[in-house]
Amino acid sequence: MLYSDKVLDHFTNPRNVGEIADADGIGEVGNAKCGDIMKMYLKINGGMIEDVRFKTFGCGAAIATSSMATELIKGKPIEEALGLTNQAVVEALDGLPAVKIHCSVLAEQAIKSALADYYRRQGIDPEPIVGKIEECEACHSDGE
Amino acid sequence: MEKRFVYADNAATTCVIPEVLEAMLPYLQGEYGNPSSIYALGRRAQKAIEDARAKVAAAIGAKKEEIFFTSGGSEADNWAIKGTLARLMPKGKKHLVTSAFEHHAVLHTAENCGCEYTLVPVEKNGIIDPEKVRAAIRPDTAIVSIMFANNEIGTIQPIEEIAAICRQKGVLFHTDAVQAIGNVEIDVEKLGIDMLSLSGHKIHAPKGVGALYCKRRCLPKNLIDGGAQENARRAGTENTAGIVGLGEAIKLAVSDIPEKIRRITPLRDKLIEELTKIEASRLNGDPVKRLCGNVNISFEGIEGESLLLMLDNCGICASSGSACTSGSLDPSHVLLSIGLGHETAHGSLRLSISEQTSEEDVRYIIENVPPIVERLRAMSPLWERMQKSR
Repeated sequence: MLYSDKVLDHFTNPRNVGEIADADGIGEVGNAKCGDIMKMYLKINGGMIEDVRFKTFGCGAAIATSSMATELIKGKPIEEALGLTNQAVVEALDGLPAVKIHCSVLAEQAIKSALADYYRRQGIDPEPIVGKIEECEACHSDGE
Repeated sequence: MEKRFVYADNAATTCVIPEVLEAMLPYLQGEYGNPSSIYALGRRAQKAIEDARAKVAAAIGAKKEEIFFTSGGSEADNWAIKGTLARLMPKGKKHLVTSAFEHHAVLHTAENCGCEYTLVPVEKNGIIDPEKVRAAIRPDTAIVSIMFANNEIGTIQPIEEIAAICRQKGVLFHTDAVQAIGNVEIDVEKLGIDMLSLSGHKIHAPKGVGALYCKRRCLPKNLIDGGAQENARRAGTENTAGIVGLGEAIKLAVSDIPEKIRRITPLRDKLIEELTKIEASRLNGDPVKRLCGNVNISFEGIEGESLLLMLDNCGICASSGSACTSGSLDPSHVLLSIGLGHETAHGSLRLSISEQTSEEDVRYIIENVPPIVERLRAMSPLWERMQKSR
């Protein structure tokens, strides 16, 4: 398994690790059975992602994609965070091994899930804005 | 402690030691003859192979003509099982008995060889109950294949009892002894083993060479057809240098097993004692009936691959049974077979030490693992949840 230098850098020195006590939105995706859980905390002010923190249980790629995803949305307008795709995370990390692409999907979903929570707290139905957050395909097909 | 390089993954592979390399070098240089050639250059290569065969035979108490060189342990496993079933299926023997925690070379062979098979369950301590093997044997069972020692958790199986049951039932017994060779004293005659697979690169020979021991009365059908090498049982121009390396390595590996066990066991037990002091950790596999160099511990709330990457940053090479390191969605089938939950199996660490591991190496590992576990737990939402539910 070959990780790019960027993946190893974001794994070894992950950015924005932690929690936000008074977060405006919190999202969690993945499950322990599959070996990946990502939890994202957002602080939103005036339509901007003022701060973002994460906690991740998972492999090197899970930690690196979480870290990169937070970097890509920090200080950006909500609209940009909504538009974050897993491909953008993969590209920013100079690629991921094929078997690790699902980690980038999880990172995208974690951010969407935190944004959905933000809208829900505002009394706004998130689905028309954020879309439906699909269960991780890999985990889903694994079944019980 | 200053940064070191500590290789603690000897169950994955080992370094080629100088004595082995030295024995091999002539066959990579001037002595390049094809062992099947009639002239002196070829005859010398053939002589070297036959000398190596004698060393392998002596190491496991077998006869020279019962040793067949292969490309490694996986080929030996495939050959023993597929070849035996191919030979016995026309006689109505179409069933294989093996265990739930075999190496994939055996398990995937069972799945793909078109036979019926039964997986004997493994007890919680990672040991197979011979009576459960007996219960799994059917009138149409062709062969039983149970590994000598498990590659992940290092547990040593009651091979003599299992072999005795097979003999009583008139069923052939094969064992994958890839991890056991050089760590356990093996006498195939005394233990009643019909077939045994072994590999060079786990005992300081190079990769790409192994052997199948097989009694003459139960030779499997050929897996690789072609030339008349290996008594017309395994075609392909011989890997002369590799075979010579295997011969030298196995001779050295079995030369003083009791002394090796005496030296390494305290290091293993020190690792187990210190690392299981970490909160929410557990030793996987029997604490006593295990290979002298094997440590396998699960840490709750963290994932194995990230643990390995951080250990690598400290210069420590180890392995894990997490899904991410197994290349599939599921964590190690070995850890699941002894009853671990997926979450616990994902957070496993295997350290496999050897005669080259020093006390300083062990201290270095003991010093570096706990802060890494702590760091990963600090960023783990799973660990956070576990703490809250406590």
